[in-house]
Amino acid sequence: MAERKSGHSGAVETILPFERHLLELEDKIRSSDSEEERVKLERELQKERESVYPNLSAWQRVQLARHAMRPRMLDYTSRIFDDVFELHGDRALGDDAAMVTGIARFQGRTVMIVGQQKGVSTEEKVSRNFGMAHPEGYRKARRLFKMAERLRLPVISFVDTPAAHPGIEAEQHGQGPAIAQSILQCLNTRTPTMAAVLGEGGSGGALAIAVCDYVAMFEYAIYVICPPERCAEILWRDVEKKDMAASALRVTAGDLQDLGVIDAVMPEPGGGAHRNPDAAAQVLATEIDRFLLGCQQGRWNIERRRRKFQRMGVWYEELANVREAVD
Amino acid sequence: MTTFFSRSPFAGFMGGKKRMPDGVWIKCDGCNQAIYRNELDENRQVCPMCGHHYRISARRRIEIVVDEGSFAETHTDIRSADPLQFKVGKETYAQRIERAREASGIDEALLTGFAAIEGQRAVIGAMDAQFIMASMGSAVGERFCRAAADAIADRLCFVCFAASGGARMQEGILALMQMAKTVDSIRQMNEAGVPFISVLTDATTGGVYASFASLGDVTLAEPGANIGFAGKRLIEGALKVKIPEGFQTSEYQYKNGFIDRIVDRAELRPTLAKLIQYLTPAT
Ligand SMILES: [Zn+2]
Repeated sequence: MAERKSGHSGAVETILPFERHLLELEDKIRSSDSEEERVKLERELQKERESVYPNLSAWQRVQLARHAMRPRMLDYTSRIFDDVFELHGDRALGDDAAMVTGIARFQGRTVMIVGQQKGVSTEEKVSRNFGMAHPEGYRKARRLFKMAERLRLPVISFVDTPAAHPGIEAEQHGQGPAIAQSILQCLNTRTPTMAAVLGEGGSGGALAIAVCDYVAMFEYAIYVICPPERCAEILWRDVEKKDMAASALRVTAGDLQDLGVIDAVMPEPGGGAHRNPDAAAQVLATEIDRFLLGCQQGRWNIERRRRKFQRMGVWYEELANVREAVD
Repeated sequence: MTTFFSRSPFAGFMGGKKRMPDGVWIKCDGCNQAIYRNELDENRQVCPMCGHHYRISARRRIEIVVDEGSFAETHTDIRSADPLQFKVGKETYAQRIERAREASGIDEALLTGFAAIEGQRAVIGAMDAQFIMASMGSAVGERFCRAAADAIADRLCFVCFAASGGARMQEGILALMQMAKTVDSIRQMNEAGVPFISVLTDATTGGVYASFASLGDVTLAEPGANIGFAGKRLIEGALKVKIPEGFQTSEYQYKNGFIDRIVDRAELRPTLAKLIQYLTPAT
C-alpha cells in the first residue's frame, strides 16, 4: 500500500495496488489536452474498471472497505442533510466521539441520526478512537433511539466501525451489557429505523446500531462477525491466511444479501465511493429518500422488524417439528 | 461420576490446558495442592482446599443443579447446518461439528429443557465449552429462542447457564445475527413478564456476553469465572499494556455493578430455587 501526503482535508492519500493503474489513467485524462484522447482514455478506464472490480478477491474488498480515503459518516451527513444538530453525551458517564448522534434535516423533514465516525485526519482518527465506541457510545446511541421513539421520528444509522473498543476501561464500564442493551433498544424502538453500512460493519459493535427495519449496504462495504485476520489467527492459526478467511466468512454486500441479512445493496461510483464521494452520497440520499417514502406508506412496522431478525440463521431440524412460518 | 449423563469420568472437563490429568491425584489449578480426584468429583468439581471452580460440561451442570430425574430435554432435533460451506484446510464445518459431538457427547453447545430445582419448575439452558468453545451459531440461537418461548408459554422462569467464547465463526454473519435474535427473545420474555435468570460461568465472553447473557432480570456468576466482552489477549495486543490482576473476573464484574450475586456451585441449587419461587409469575 503506497502512501503520499495530500493537502486535502488532512487525509493520507492511500493507493491500493489494484488501484494504481486506474489512477494513472485518471491522471492522464486530467492532463490530456486533446478531447479525442480523453474520450479514448475514458473508455479505456471504464474497461479497466470493469475488468478489475468485479474480480476483486475477498481480501481486496476488505481493503477497499477499510480504505483510508473512503468517505466517513460525516462526509455523507454533510452532503446529504441540510442541517445537523449534534447531540452529545450518554447522560451518565461522558461523551464518546466515536459515536455521533444528532437531529438532522432531510428535504424539509426531521430525522434522528446515529453512527460511528472513524475520522479522516490522524488527529481526528485518534480523537474518535478510529470509530471504535466505548460503552458510553452505545449508551449515547440508546439515548438517541429512545428520543426518536418519544418524538416519533425515524432513525437513520450509519455503520462504520472496525469493532467495539477492546480496552480495560471499556470492560469496566460494561462493553458487553452496553451492546446488548443497544440491540434491545433497536428492537424496542417503535418508529421506523434504517441502517446504512458505509465501510466496515465490525461485529457486535456494528450490530448494536444496525438492528433496523431497512438495512442497506454499500457495494464495497463489508459486514463481519470478526476481522478476517482474527478469524485466520484462530481457525487457521496463521494471520497470513486472512485472504482465505475473508472469502470463507462471506463478508461482501452481495453475500449478505444472499444470506438474507441485509435488504439492499447500494451501488458505488466507479472505483469505489472514495473516487467520487459526491456520487456515493447521492446514492445514499436516494436510499434514505426511499426509506422515508416507506415511512409515509406505512411500510415499516416494528413487528416486521422483529420477525426479520427472529428468522435469521440456518439450521437443521426434524421436519415434523418445523413450525409453520407466519408472515 | 457414573451417572447416565457422563460418558466418561473426564467428560465433565474442558479440553486444552484445563483438561484434568489422568490419575487418582491431580494438582489443583487454583492452589497447586494435590487433591484426590474422587474428592473433587464429590465436591462438584470445586477444589475442597481453595474453592477453585473447574469448568464443567452442560450435562454435569444439569446433574448438579436440577432435581434428579426431573430434566426433560427439549429441541434436541435442532442441529447446526453448514450454510457457508465453511472449510478450514480439509475439514468442513460439518466435520468440525461431528468432532465436537464426539468430544463433548452432546449435539450442540446449548442444551435446553424443563426441570425442577428443589421442586420449583423452570426452563433450563446450559452451554458446554467442549462444543467448539460453546460458540453461538444458528442452532444455539434457535434453541435459546425456543426455550424462551417455552418459558413464556408455560409462564416459567428461564434459567440459563452461559459459557461461551463468542459467536460461531464458521457461520459468519449468520452467527452475529443470533445476537439480535436471542435479544429479541429476551424482549419477548420482558414483555410477557417471564423472568430470565442469567448465570455466568467460566468463560462467558464475546457475542454471548454482549447479547442474552447480560440481559438477565437477575444475573448470577460462579466465583472466579472469566466474564467480559473482548478477550484479554486481544486487549493486551491492542493496547500493549499488561492487564491488571483480577481483570474480567466475576468479582471484578460484581464490583463494577454487572452481577447481582456471586454464588458458589454448592449454593446454586438453593439460590436458584429461591429465586424461581419468588419470581415465577402467578398463573
Ligand atoms: Zn485448589
